[in-house]
Amino acid sequence: MATHIQPIDLADAGIAGETAAPPPVRRRRRLGSGIEVVLLTVFAVVMLFPVIWMLETALKETRDIYAVPAKVFSFSPTLEHLKDVFSSGSPVFSGFKNSVIVSGASTLIATVLGVPAAYAYSRFKIPFKKDQLFFILSTRFMPPVVVVIPIFLMFRDLDLLGTLQGLILVYAAFNLPFTIWMMKGFIDEVPAEYEEAAMLDGYSRLEAFWRVTMPLLVPGIVATAVFALIFSWNEFVYAIFLITDPANRTAPPAIAGLIGGTTIDWGLVAASAMVFAIPVLVFAYLVRRHLVAGVTLGAVRR
Amino acid sequence: MSETLRTPAPSTPPDRLEPPAAARRYRFLTDRRLAWLFISPALALLIFLSIWPLVRLIWLSFTDYSVTRDVPATFLGLDNYIDVITSPIVQKRALTTLIFVVGAVGLQTFLGFAIAFLISRRQRGRGALTTMFLIPMMLSPVVVGLFWKFMLDVQFGVVNSFLDSLGLGRAEWLTQQRLALFSLIVVDTWQWTPFIMLIALAGLTAVPKYLYEAAEIDRASEWFKFRRITLPLVWPLVLIAVMFRAIEAFRLFDLVYILTGGGPGGTTETLSYNVYKVAFFGFDTGRAAAYGILMVIVVIVASQLYLRYLHRLQTR
Repeated sequence: MATHIQPIDLADAGIAGETAAPPPVRRRRRLGSGIEVVLLTVFAVVMLFPVIWMLETALKETRDIYAVPAKVFSFSPTLEHLKDVFSSGSPVFSGFKNSVIVSGASTLIATVLGVPAAYAYSRFKIPFKKDQLFFILSTRFMPPVVVVIPIFLMFRDLDLLGTLQGLILVYAAFNLPFTIWMMKGFIDEVPAEYEEAAMLDGYSRLEAFWRVTMPLLVPGIVATAVFALIFSWNEFVYAIFLITDPANRTAPPAIAGLIGGTTIDWGLVAASAMVFAIPVLVFAYLVRRHLVAGVTLGAVRR
Repeated sequence: MSETLRTPAPSTPPDRLEPPAAARRYRFLTDRRLAWLFISPALALLIFLSIWPLVRLIWLSFTDYSVTRDVPATFLGLDNYIDVITSPIVQKRALTTLIFVVGAVGLQTFLGFAIAFLISRRQRGRGALTTMFLIPMMLSPVVVGLFWKFMLDVQFGVVNSFLDSLGLGRAEWLTQQRLALFSLIVVDTWQWTPFIMLIALAGLTAVPKYLYEAAEIDRASEWFKFRRITLPLVWPLVLIAVMFRAIEAFRLFDLVYILTGGGPGGTTETLSYNVYKVAFFGFDTGRAAAYGILMVIVVIVASQLYLRYLHRLQTR
């Protein structure tokens, strides 16, 4: 009878009342948990420190940036460098404008071409479907430095070299495999029966697709487009090889160009990098539920 | 009884079945035509910007074409390929790339899995932790390269500043032989550990709870649970992530371009960077094409072998 009113800890320890100390397994686990927290904190600090350091550098006065030993906490913040980024004469600012145009247009093209193609691959019988899909994916795994050689020659012949249109096309082709694979996953998840029901009601296949399946796909399309946007926003290799004119450069080469000279204004570099990175982080946060599929080109899904 | 067995009164079928209005509007679009209509624009773009360049690349690789000369290229056969394979410089760059791939992907796998494991054991704040750890991966390689070039600077870099105040002295992270490649591995690991972590975490959260509960009942040790339940279920997924990372690391270019420019003394020059030098400084386009195609072949063969191994692992 008495055992029922004993504290749970003691009752747990086997024969009630015999052991005063908590069982050894428990203590080891608590200690282990403490180690885990410490480890996790260390990892988090290491992963986040560079980002925080860059943010600080962007907000520091120039003489504090080069201070030895480095000033981590004691500095007076200034918005000077951020103002420089947005001043009309800065090369980075026009880079941002071009980046918005290029990534926006290329994402639009990739989505408009990719979603119907993904639908067809998902729903219809197509000869050599698997081979086609695998081929489409494999174009993404070629080294950009290699692919850029023939594209460079082709664009030279077509007068597309150094133009934003050319870069938009390249990025669209670069994002298309991703869009098709990712969207195929989303479309596979929508039961084909919905469309078949609509077709029994008298809709044609096209209308069934447009009116029944399409509305269900909108969240997936948005997530896919956001990833395409991030990829083309961050892309660097094609951008430096296909565009040499500073006026047409996108942001990544423009920012990288800041360290080309003999003296480097690290405050400006840091501020540009931060301004460049913030939209990406916001977008990535918006699609965080689809990140696993997104970064593996739709190959791994939860 | 007789009610239910009686066949329904035969309704007279209409002379011709009239399709509803909506279906008639797009009747010419049979499934087959629609499939064709949907796929062809996408394929056209890919043919224009992926397949045609590839064909041209293959053709170039058999010639002595150069961007700067206007003379028509002459056919060389396999000379370019033989040149590339037997070149001692290429072999050195291949070794550098191999060290980089093994070092960086190995470190990322270990750290990424460790972090994912630690996060999966937290009860609260899992989402916030994951999001925070993912930041490096979403940044552009340009931004990451610049971050680290600044932090690893010899004079005013924060890393040296810390080391100095700890009395450990300064290091030339990016300009000293051996150390430069190590720095490259560290930076790549910083950026891409979250990738492995993200996928490992997806695997870890998908392990059914009841397996652990069953092991708990049997008083299994933590190590046993990890070794016999967690690892076998999550490892295949991690191995796929490793393949993605290895392919990307093999073609690394942007970090080298920003951090070291291939120096010092070519010790951080990866294959991709070497191709770039051959193509855009040596103007030896034909040779660069052969070089690039060899790289693609290596990726295809290696990933096929790896996938086969993975398949065997999963069916066992």
